[in-house]
This record gives sequence, C-alpha cells and structure tokens, in this order.
Amino acid sequence: MLIIRFRKFLYIFSFLVLATSLFGVLAYGFRLGVDFSGGSILEVEFLGERPDTALIDQKISDLNLSSYRVQPAGDNGFIVRVGELPPEGRQDLIKALAGSDEPEKVLSIRRFDSIGPTIGRELRRNAFVSIALVIVLILAFVSWAFRHVSKPVASWKYGVVAILALIHDILIPAGLFAYLGRFYGAEVDALFVTALLTILGFSVHDTIVVFDRIRENLRKSEGVGNFESIVGKSLDETYGRSLATSFAIFLVLASLFWFGASATRYFALTLLIGVIAGTYSSICLASPLLVSWQKRSGKLN
Amino acid sequence: MQTMLKIRLIAISLLLAGVFLAYFAGANFFRPGWFLGNIGYRLGLDLQGGAHLVYEADVSSIAFGEVSESMEGLRDVIERRVNAFGVTEPVVQVQKSGDSNRLIVELAGVFDTDQAIQTIGQTPYLEFKTERAESERDKILSAQENDEFILEDPYFVSSELTGRFLKRSVLNFDSTTNEPVVLLEFNDEGAEIFGKITKDNIGKRVAIYLDGFPISAPVVQSEITSGSAQITGQFTPDEARTLVRRLNSGALPVPIKLIAQQSVGASLGGESLARGLVAGIYGVLAVALFLILRYRLPGLIAVFGLAFYVVLILSVFKILPVTLTAAGIAGFLLSVGMAVDANILIFERMREETRWGADLEDAVETGFKRAWPSIRDSNISTLITSTILYWFGTSIIRGFALTLGVGVLASIFSALVVTKVFVFAFGLRNSMFSFILYGVKRH
Repeated sequence: MLIIRFRKFLYIFSFLVLATSLFGVLAYGFRLGVDFSGGSILEVEFLGERPDTALIDQKISDLNLSSYRVQPAGDNGFIVRVGELPPEGRQDLIKALAGSDEPEKVLSIRRFDSIGPTIGRELRRNAFVSIALVIVLILAFVSWAFRHVSKPVASWKYGVVAILALIHDILIPAGLFAYLGRFYGAEVDALFVTALLTILGFSVHDTIVVFDRIRENLRKSEGVGNFESIVGKSLDETYGRSLATSFAIFLVLASLFWFGASATRYFALTLLIGVIAGTYSSICLASPLLVSWQKRSGKLN
Repeated sequence: MQTMLKIRLIAISLLLAGVFLAYFAGANFFRPGWFLGNIGYRLGLDLQGGAHLVYEADVSSIAFGEVSESMEGLRDVIERRVNAFGVTEPVVQVQKSGDSNRLIVELAGVFDTDQAIQTIGQTPYLEFKTERAESERDKILSAQENDEFILEDPYFVSSELTGRFLKRSVLNFDSTTNEPVVLLEFNDEGAEIFGKITKDNIGKRVAIYLDGFPISAPVVQSEITSGSAQITGQFTPDEARTLVRRLNSGALPVPIKLIAQQSVGASLGGESLARGLVAGIYGVLAVALFLILRYRLPGLIAVFGLAFYVVLILSVFKILPVTLTAAGIAGFLLSVGMAVDANILIFERMREETRWGADLEDAVETGFKRAWPSIRDSNISTLITSTILYWFGTSIIRGFALTLGVGVLASIFSALVVTKVFVFAFGLRNSMFSFILYGVKRH
C-alpha cells in the first residue's frame, strides 16, 4: 500500500497544511458575525447603478455611528455592518444610503438583522455548550466503538488517533475561515459552528469505518502477517467506499456552494472543506499514524 | 418462486407508493387546487421574506409565581395586535431563556418592519405611581444636581398597579367642561390594589403614566373601592379615543424591549428559495449520475431508492410540517449525500463478496447484512450532532438539524428496505450479463 509506504511525505504535507491553518487562526483570529458579536447588518440593493463605495462610506460616517463597515455585495448592492444601532437608527441609515428621504425609490432592502448584546452573548454561550457536548458525546461514541481490546495496538490508541484526525479536520476549515475573514470579510457565525459540528460527526465516523476494518482483518489474520501490511490491506478494502461516499457528499455540497442561496454559501464551503479534510485524514493520516505508533512502541519494547 | 412473486408485489406497491408520494410532494407546487393540492410547504422567513422579532419582557415588577401567567397574557395581547395587522399564520411564542423572559414574533410576508415594530410596541404600558416621601424626594433632587440618580423619578414611585389589572376603558365627556375623560375599570384584584393606594394617599397625588410618561396626576379625594378611575388630561377627543382603543386592545401586562430583529426582503427570500431548489436539483442529479456510472444496475436501483427517499422526505416535510429554511435545504441536501452512503456501503460490500467468489445472490444477501453495522454506526454520530444542534440552536440551526436528522432516518429506511426490495425484485442469475450489469469481476 503506497499510502503506508510514503507516510512520511503525507505527514510533512499534513504538517504544512496544519501549520498554515494554525498560523491563520493565531495571526488573524476570526471575524465574528453579528449573531455572535451583537450589532446590525443591513443589505440593500440599488434599483439603478450603485454609488461608489467611498461615497457610501462618507455618508455613513456622517451618521456618527460607533463602528461600521461597508462592503459591496452582488452587482448592485452593499452590505453595511454597524455596531449598536438605536431603534430609529435603521431608517436614518437607510436614508443615508439612499441619499433621499424616500429610500424605497432608490433601493430595496434585502435584509436587516439586528442582534442585541444579550442575544449575542447567549448565542456564543450556546455555541460553546453545543461544541462541548458534541465533543463529549463523540468521545463517548469513539470509546464505545473501540471497547474491544485488540492486539498489537491497544484500543485506546485507536481512540487517540481518531481524535487527532478530528482535530485535523476541524483545524483546516477553521484556518481557512481565518484567511477568508482576513481577506474576504467572511464571518464566523452560528452556521459556521454548525458546519464544524457536522464535520465532527462525519470525520469520526469515516475514521471508524477504516479502523473497524483493521480490527476485523487483525482478527481474521490471527497473528499472521505484520501490522503494517494488515493496515495496508484494510485501507485497500475501504478507500473505495470512503472516496465514493465523500464524492457523493462532495457533489451535493458543491452544488449547494455554486447554485445555492447566498445565505448558505460559506456554510457549504466549510462543510466541503471539512469533508475533504475528513476523507484525507481517515485514509492518509489516521491509519499511517497507527502504524508509526505501533512501530515506535515496538522499538521501545 | 413464491417468494419472488411476493418480493415483486412489494416492489410494485413501493413503486406505486413512490408515485403517490411524488404526486403529493409536487402537488400545489405545480398546480394548486387538485387532489391534496391545497397543502403547501411551510417556508421559513428567510425564504418567503418577513420579520423575526425578539422582545425581552421586564418582569421585575411581577411576583415570581405569576411570571408565566403574565407572559401568557402578554402573548395574547401581542397576538391580537399582530392579527389586526393581517398576517397569515403569525407566530407569537413565549420563550424562557435563562433568567430572561422573551417573546418571539414572526411575521411572514411583512417587509415594513418599522411599521410592524410600531404596531406591536405601540401598545400602551399603563402605570400608576404614588408620590415619593418628601425627604426622599429632596435627597434625589439634590443628588441629581450632582448628576447622580439621573434616571430616578424624584417625584413619583411605581406602585403595584399597572395596565395588567385593567378590565376595560371607556371614553366619556365631562358634563360641565365637556372635556374628554378616559374612564378606567379595573378587575377585582386591581380594584383592591387601587382601593389601597387611594386609601393610603388621600390628599396626595397619584400619577398615571403611559409608556413611561405622566399623562395625569390627580389628587386623591377619598378612598375608591369601586375599582374605577378616570384620567383627565389635556387630550383632544381624537387622542382620547385612540388612547381608549389602545388600552382596550390590550394594555401590556409587562413592559417589553426589542432585543433582536431579523428581516428578509421579498426579493432575497424568493432568490434564496429559487437558488435552493436549483442547487437541490443539480445536486441530486449529479449524485444519481455518479451512482449509475459507478455501480451500473445497482446504481440505477439506488437512484430509484434515492428518488423514493426524496419524495418521502418532502412529503414528511409537508405533513409534519417542517418549516423549510435555506439552512434546512442545506441539511436536506447533505442528508441526500449521506443517504447515498448506505447504498455505497452495501454495493461495495457486494462487489467485495463477489470478488472473493461468492454467488451473486449470496453476495447481495451478505452485502446487505454485513453493511448494516457500518450504516448504523455511521449514522449514530450524525444523529448525535443533529440532536444537540436542535436542542441548542436558534431557529436557523434548528431547521438544519431537523432536516438532517429526519433525512438520515429516512435514508436508512430507503437503503435497507426500498433498495433491497428492488434489487431482489430484479432477479439475479449468475450470468455474464448480470455480472456486467452489476459491474463485478469474477476471479
């Protein structure tokens, strides 16, 4: 099995990708969406040609808002994010954008979200609680799935490797978002967290399928053949299924990304990257790691 | 042969059921008004446009045990207001979140949120206040000179009596001055409190506040036990009439504050729906094509299974009904991808078995049997995630979690029952032809 033989190259590749992701997260952090940070977001579309961004920027700065950011959106629209906005602030903002007291003649409002600080805090807390709960339950699921002790690798090692793969699969989309946030203004919102949690579920199961096959083959071999070749054989037997499943999910997600609603675009992208990372890690990272670990501890003994 | 006949009968009835479900899922969408055609999908606000408002109720003046009761009262009042607004299927829900009591109002098809917010918030909040003790008043006044206690009202202090206890209000005209007078009638509890307030404050003023502003502060002449009071302010008859109408349509039992709002315009909603549909169609078609190219006959059968799955899920969405949102469509599509996984597990296993020299029929049998633990395990983690997301998520996340969870469950059914029945109904012989159809190589 080529993957097992050239595992060192895969480790280097994975290390580079992970380091890049980690760098993005640490250096740029995340741009929080209004649902987490609180604040307002207004998306408008001009009926005619849209004015210059600088002009819009100027008009909004005249309103003396605490903080704001203007971004062109679509062909004829703008997205404006502002911090706290008083109740009557919405109309003022819209009028300022339109440059007219009858804004409906100049532009149409596509959406307006305004999240108070309490809701923002609460959503942040809920996000953390659900992440923690999902991780705990997935860990419980992993240890349950690996409850049968098997030789020559202790069952907890499968669990540890599965979790390493999990971290890999989460870190990559997270890193990507740090870069997207830095360079394209992508925001981390409740949907992003949802996507990460969905990836968690997908990733762990994809890894378990391969590990299951390894243990099945270990049982069948009854000590004949070395661990390395059994892992290689198991990979040969499972990667077809792994790739086929991931490809099917890839197809629907790609369709969602290209054709789907703008609201779920980044969501689909996060899932897409997560699925690719998850498939890669379960084939090219988790099983080779298991082999390396077994070899190392073999040497020590 | 008996069993073959039985399987084929089941296959035919599944096919018919599928056709019926397909009709049901599509009815109303293409041609409303036919048989069962008046049942539509419930679209979320992000797909049809509308406003989602979250209010926080200030229940600090309500006794602990009565909070939920007054929240129900609040909901009723707001519901009445919203109904008057002429919205189809408005949603007004009470939600308890930690220590805060919230009211969620969803108005589909309302694009003028400012007007909606005004209509809801306009409801007057009526309050009765009594005079502060002089010493206290002077203390606050002098403190306010130093910019302290700015928000404190130096003259009046809130009493228990609020619009919550109001039974009804009537417009009247003073017989001598001909000025408009607003008569207030309290319920029994309110009458008792009012009696006590008037008794304790004879010779002092009792102020009536509306939405935080004093509108009248008459001096109490004697104890009033009848439970009726009157407001004489400087209103015009029109203002008085409006006030009475507003009071009658429901004085809010507790004050509320808008803490979050989300509104989606009609154009964005329609666009999201259209794009979601297009993405769904292309996604499912791509998966179907992939299945047929890779697995040939079983792939084609799996596509039937998949089609069955899609119409089944859509029908479930219609019947329950599940509110469809953009994220919900994403969850549904993801579940389509995952539904395919069950079929792939089975077919890959089948291929393997034939590679090891099993008969086609045996291979199919063991393919289904051996793939089951993997299918079960693979779906457990997804179900765990969607359950937690449903519990902790906001409405957007819930839409996703629900469609994903329901989708995963239905996918197990479609793979294990529908695909299996169809595969067996085709009949399997160990001929060269069926090997080609099944895309397996003999060793």
